Amino acid sequence: MRRQRAAGPLFVAPFMVLFLLLFLAPLGYAAYLSLFQERLIGGTAFVGLDNYAQALSDPQFLHGIGRVALFFVFQVPVMLLLALVFALALDSGLLRLARVIRLGIFVPYAVPSVVAALMWGYLYGPDFGPFAQLSRELSLPVPDFLSEGWMLGSLANIVTWEFVGYNMIILYAALRTVPEELYEAAAVDGAGAWRTAWSIKLPALRPALMLTLLFSVIGSFQLFNEPKLLMNIAPDVISSSYTANLYAYTLAFTGQQVNYAATVSFLLGLVIVIASYAVLLTANRRRTS
Amino acid sequence: MTTTTPTATIAEPTRPAPATPPGRRRRGPRRSTPLTIAMLAALAYFLLPLCWLLIASTKSTQDLFNSFGLWFSHTPQLLTNVRETFTQDDGVFVRWLLNTVLYAGVSAVGAALLAAAGGYGFAKFRFRGDRTAFNLVLGAVMVPTTALAIPTYLLFAKAGLVNTPWAVVLPSLVNPFGLYLMRVYAQDAVPDSVLEAARIDGAGEARIFFRIALRLLGPGLVTVLLFTLVATWNNYFLPLIMLNDPDLYPITVGLSSWAAQAQNGGAGASSDMLALVVTGSLISIVPLVVAFLLLQRYWQSGLAAGGVKQ
Repeated sequence: MRRQRAAGPLFVAPFMVLFLLLFLAPLGYAAYLSLFQERLIGGTAFVGLDNYAQALSDPQFLHGIGRVALFFVFQVPVMLLLALVFALALDSGLLRLARVIRLGIFVPYAVPSVVAALMWGYLYGPDFGPFAQLSRELSLPVPDFLSEGWMLGSLANIVTWEFVGYNMIILYAALRTVPEELYEAAAVDGAGAWRTAWSIKLPALRPALMLTLLFSVIGSFQLFNEPKLLMNIAPDVISSSYTANLYAYTLAFTGQQVNYAATVSFLLGLVIVIASYAVLLTANRRRTS
Repeated sequence: MTTTTPTATIAEPTRPAPATPPGRRRRGPRRSTPLTIAMLAALAYFLLPLCWLLIASTKSTQDLFNSFGLWFSHTPQLLTNVRETFTQDDGVFVRWLLNTVLYAGVSAVGAALLAAAGGYGFAKFRFRGDRTAFNLVLGAVMVPTTALAIPTYLLFAKAGLVNTPWAVVLPSLVNPFGLYLMRVYAQDAVPDSVLEAARIDGAGEARIFFRIALRLLGPGLVTVLLFTLVATWNNYFLPLIMLNDPDLYPITVGLSSWAAQAQNGGAGASSDMLALVVTGSLISIVPLVVAFLLLQRYWQSGLAAGGVKQ
């Protein structure tokens, strides 16, 4: 049996080695870099937590974080609620064409966010987009999806479009594993469709919902692709610090402020970890009370 | 390129116990027409941009601006567009397509195998530090890949890996969620009794893993493979920062550079890049959609395992 004990670490080793090199090392390196500053005179100097102090009072960073937090607060509930409704509808067995509908809603997930942003960017277009064309045809006011006031909503729509199906599939897959006997028992007890959904299906979905919620926190806070792409067509609305991630990118690649970019990335990661824990704790507390 | 081999080896559905019971009986044959109509309306929203893309790729840049967006123009020219997309800039689009296949294929196969071996190791063996190591990985699920990307770039710049295919492939090989999923999956899908029996028969651990466990892990493996494939295929941020040679671009970065060009081409209709961006977009999504459709029964049961337990 000694051979068997040695086998476990060997199976795990390839993953763990790469994990250390490609996950923990960059994190450590970013933490290290964030403690230095490039000075015009005297080269790179150790500055302790100065970069963090600077970031925490940097309006561009804070606005970027604020914007994605706002985005998270209204986009994620809409997306997950839609995913939940779709999953329950699919699982109810009441739908015709269920397979077609399920795959159709899921398909956007396979579309790169670059392509999704390009497509929606065109559809949003105030001059030649079909919505604008239709509005003009019907003599209605042309909605300006790419204006300051609409932009966050327009981005939210793209992200929702991309990920509702993915979340729906996770929830649907979880629903399919509920044992048939539970439904039979509920039916014997006289539970209707709504009661079954509320008392059996929703509790069964809890782990899957937590998973989708966790992914959504992570996804929202690192928003980058969609604003980066729409920046091309609405440069006046989307600044180079529109989201925290876009800001980090700008700092590193157009500003050449490597140390500060590392600080911002590191802080963004920290914000996401804290937000994830907060969300998990809140959701878990609700379960126990 | 061995993108297809691992999926082929697990093609026989030797499904063990877990997840979806096949062909679960459904109550009553009643179907609801209002609910179906409501869901079809939702479906229209999800298919609308794709229909637009399909229609738009039959148009010249001129027609993109001058005809109604959701209907065909008088002079459809899909084939012309496809040909021009493939020949623009000495066929750089083909190059991007091949790069994407290479990056996504290698990453997905590598990530799936690493996650499978690791998940199996954590699920079926006890050793010193296994809890700590697993919890470390589990915690890493929360670390966002894009926040990691810039530090990785800085590190790779030091190591001289920037602007090489490695810069895109290496970070994609480590998929903490994939490891978690494979561990959960391996717990049920690989019964201890089977492992014991194989050991009594004198099979070595490596042989047991490759000959027996990997087969039983099939659906979970396909799930990780497919989702890493999508993540790498659709990845934009990482290659954007890592690569600056257009010959190394994957399709996402290439398309966005064309889109920027189309935008800078001035008054829209005068530049003919837009038709290429649109047609290129359409071409870029076809392979993934097909992969998902063909492999759906595997990835769905694999996802079920990950979504249920925690």
